[in-house]
Amino acid sequence: MAFDDAYGALTDHADDARWAYGTGFTDPLAGVPADLPDGVDRADLAAYCLMLGDDALIMSHRLQQWVTRAPELEDELAIANIGLDLLGQARLLLTRAGTAEGAGRDEDDLAYRREAHEFRNVRLAERDDADFAQLMARLLVFTTWRLALFDRLSGSRDPMLAAIAAKGVKELTYHRDYAAQWVVRIGDGTPLSHARMAAAISGVLPLAGELFQAHEVELRLAGVAVDPAVIRGEFDAVLAEVLTAATLEPAELPEVPATGRDGEHTAALTEILAEMQELARAVPGGAW
Amino acid sequence: MIAEQVVGTVTDPELPMVTLAELGIVREVRQDGDGVTVTITPTYSGCPAMETIRADIAAALRSAGFGAVEVRTVLAPAWTTDWITDSGRRKLAEAGIAPPGAAPRRASGPIPITLSPRHDTIRCPRCGSARTEAIAAFGATACRELRRCTACREPFEHMKEI
Repeated sequence: MAFDDAYGALTDHADDARWAYGTGFTDPLAGVPADLPDGVDRADLAAYCLMLGDDALIMSHRLQQWVTRAPELEDELAIANIGLDLLGQARLLLTRAGTAEGAGRDEDDLAYRREAHEFRNVRLAERDDADFAQLMARLLVFTTWRLALFDRLSGSRDPMLAAIAAKGVKELTYHRDYAAQWVVRIGDGTPLSHARMAAAISGVLPLAGELFQAHEVELRLAGVAVDPAVIRGEFDAVLAEVLTAATLEPAELPEVPATGRDGEHTAALTEILAEMQELARAVPGGAW
Repeated sequence: MIAEQVVGTVTDPELPMVTLAELGIVREVRQDGDGVTVTITPTYSGCPAMETIRADIAAALRSAGFGAVEVRTVLAPAWTTDWITDSGRRKLAEAGIAPPGAAPRRASGPIPITLSPRHDTIRCPRCGSARTEAIAAFGATACRELRRCTACREPFEHMKEI
């Protein structure tokens, strides 16, 4: 089968069940050996994959909300592409979480059938952005942190996590470049744009403090997981380089309690889930 | 026909001018009697075409008379545009898509950030001029960016190095 475009490929099916509310597709890890590394606690591995998967899923959903709202068509394409990459990372990680858990839950169960308190993402991923500068500031912090984390995770003792991370590193590199270039353009722009970028950076920093506080699961999984405290230096260096180029003040990260990893979220997550899960909850198992 | 040749005819759903083998998505074809195991790798984590690719390979093999067909996925090593074959590059260029240059080599230490547009010499697939510039770093699919040629003034797509 060959198609002139992706729409043709999607619609050329006698079975309309492909238009399910979920991915409706087979497991993204289909055919990848699902073995677990020796001596690793299944529950801990599942919890860790859920943390990294939820970060990507929730950030991806926030990015998708910008499609049709971005200042230019080119930026809509960029934001949609970055959101798609993160959604791909989320699918792989949630599937891995389900496998490690061993209770038969798949990526759709985890994405659509959990309450807000069961999500393990950092609160940075869920925040709403009031303007484009806020989105770029948040994307810069998120991608700088996640790229440094995934770079180290590509040496994980779990070959699956290592492979997901190594693939993600390539994607996060250009995500970070995109956000950083916008932070520089807006920061080093007009007095008005400079002021808005400065406000956007200081607004996002309170949510950056929790990114480097290791969760007990991350500490127990030494060798498999990455202790986020070790990437703090690299994060600070990259942020300083970007802020200097953007003629912005250096950043001070406030120490705040890390609650997202334990399921304590802001009201913003409830709002995201209400939208993201609406169809799945209204029509369980629906396909049309 | 042997299985590898059959798989070699299957084209990419989004870039129908090239085959999956030319793109480097097909990593291995193993034939055992009338059974075949094909190993593929995704280009990007979120590639929405993987399911179609799996189905297309299986359909091609079944219609060529093969019985048990299994399509496996591998994630490591991660796909790189360096795996696109010379014929794949030629066909992309003929279709107006500038093929990728060499993928960036990773030095040791932290991954450097790029704060200004790269100065690279991507040649225009229409007139061959090296005087081209980036319009947008993202295009219709994750793998492509938009550029324009300042010599013939035509816009074109470029497959990004990864």
